[in-house]
Amino acid sequence: MKILLFGITRDIIGQTQLTVPEGASLHTVKQLKDWLGQQYPAINTLSSLAVSVDSEYAADDDELTAGQEIALIPPVSGG
Amino acid sequence: MLIKLVEHIDLNEVYAHLHDTGAGAVNLFVGTVRDHSKGKKVIRLDFEAYDAMALKQMHHLADQAMQQWPLVKLAIVHAVGAKDPGVPVVVIGVSSAHREASFEACRFLIDELKKTVPIWKKEFYEDNSVWVNAHP
Repeated sequence: MKILLFGITRDIIGQTQLTVPEGASLHTVKQLKDWLGQQYPAINTLSSLAVSVDSEYAADDDELTAGQEIALIPPVSGG
Repeated sequence: MLIKLVEHIDLNEVYAHLHDTGAGAVNLFVGTVRDHSKGKKVIRLDFEAYDAMALKQMHHLADQAMQQWPLVKLAIVHAVGAKDPGVPVVVIGVSSAHREASFEACRFLIDELKKTVPIWKKEFYEDNSVWVNAHP
């Protein structure tokens, strides 16, 4: 599973794209967020963290499957 | 609808898109880089977007506005990259037969864009930089 990274999440993780190891077995958005918080504690200090699946905001219980485009969406600040 | 991410904003292009003989009102909101933030001097802003999703979310907002108000034309243009103080970075444009719809839709679009569209700005001061809104 590959995760696109933007803004401060890219700075925290230190790459533009994160490959989640197979063994992590993350099946939902919530599991991905929890895993990220454990791997990168600085993520837990953000005001919010959303996950997008195929360019739409995903809910915590949404399932993650192969072939989706997944991205972390830290607090937005356009405009 | 004119919806895009650009390196440099062309206000004339946006206005030309909104112009329509059926519209008695054209509203343009232009967001620009301010040279100060929370008491600190801002020397530059860097804007970054998740392009595919940003465009999709901008289209969602445009669709909502078109359903909610009787609009003739609509434009949402946001800049990406490094921007100096005074430079326009976002333009919301709406035209409608009467002014109420344009005013309301324009306000709705910029307010919602700031909440949901995946675009991030980093503020650069003389001594450091921060991602805006990232932390409480």
